[in-house]
Amino acid sequence: MTHEHEHEHEHEHEHEHEHDPRAIRTEALERLLVDQGLITSAAIDTIIERYETDVGPLNGARVVAKAWTDPEYRARLLADGTTAIAELGIGGPQGEKMVVVENTPAVHNVIVCTLCSCYPWPVLGLPPAWYKDPAYRSRVVREPRKVLSEFGLTLDDNTEVRVWDSSAEIRYLVLPERPASTTGADERTLAELVTRDAMIGVARIDA
Amino acid sequence: MDGIHDMGGSHDFPASLTERDEKVFHAEWEARAFVLSNAFTGAGCANVDQFRHAIERLDPEVYIGDGYFGRWLGSVELMITDANGQVAPGRYTEHRAARELVAPPLFAVDDIVKTKNYNPPGHTRLPGYVRNRTGRVELLHGGWVYPDTHAHHEGENPEHVYSVRFDGNELWGADAEPSASVTVDLFESYLELA
Repeated sequence: MTHEHEHEHEHEHEHEHEHDPRAIRTEALERLLVDQGLITSAAIDTIIERYETDVGPLNGARVVAKAWTDPEYRARLLADGTTAIAELGIGGPQGEKMVVVENTPAVHNVIVCTLCSCYPWPVLGLPPAWYKDPAYRSRVVREPRKVLSEFGLTLDDNTEVRVWDSSAEIRYLVLPERPASTTGADERTLAELVTRDAMIGVARIDA
Repeated sequence: MDGIHDMGGSHDFPASLTERDEKVFHAEWEARAFVLSNAFTGAGCANVDQFRHAIERLDPEVYIGDGYFGRWLGSVELMITDANGQVAPGRYTEHRAARELVAPPLFAVDDIVKTKNYNPPGHTRLPGYVRNRTGRVELLHGGWVYPDTHAHHEGENPEHVYSVRFDGNELWGADAEPSASVTVDLFESYLELA
């Protein structure tokens, strides 16, 4: 593909969104807020890049892997999530107070926000589409076992399910169970196994 | 307020959930609407409770049809419309919502509490499905700005917040799934001893 063709292709792609009224409304809002001096278009680009690359579930995975390998850290994390997460240099908006809940064979925790879509940005980034979907928000409080089974996670009837509806400013992170097969693995290797979905509580970690 | 946003337990959205990997933003406008909304509240033009309440005030069809970032965009537009087109930074400068409280908490861990039958026309963070229900206090979270007044320019009025666990049967009746509970973070004003 020549450079010219690439450019044409990009242009077509942009053209699709031109007809979306929300795109036009966003442009109008951007012009207004830039005119008022609230932000610059360059700053917008920088912040978008940060959320697309730096702020994401890799932060949460570091927290989980450390908890799996360092029993004292795990104890601090469960006692005071905010402070223990800050030890790793992680914090920011939507992470003002963090509570970490631990999954075990006896208790399975899963997180939701039924009223909007509150989510612990500093450790998980921005929420996936399904987390914001009315189906997840409405159903997971009423029929958590059924919803989890749709994610491929079938819980034993003896396992207690605890759904956490983050209706105030406290944000939750699930500490998943460490797979038995990972005995002896180091922190970095473990962090690569930890998934976003396991830290929301809709998946287990297989290894 | 009772509204489309308060969807915990609703039967209106029966779709199955299928997991998929995806990008953070699906279109450029979503990313820019996200940053612009944060800039608007970040500059103190509004507080987060006003922002959330403006989302709740959107037309229900718009709420569903415009999607998550479309709602953010609609919220900021609505607040600017409320202010006759004016954008006034600096009205709110404290973005952290935690506050030190002198008053001790009214409830303790393991207290059995009941949520009030409280259903104001304005903003509240008491979800409808836990209204007038009995649960057990699990965690105390200290003092936090009270959204029900903060969303209406009526002050911060911080209160103690509690995580309260409700048994599935208490919320959904005899057909509830076995051995399941929902824990909800609730302001002291929403609660009384059972």
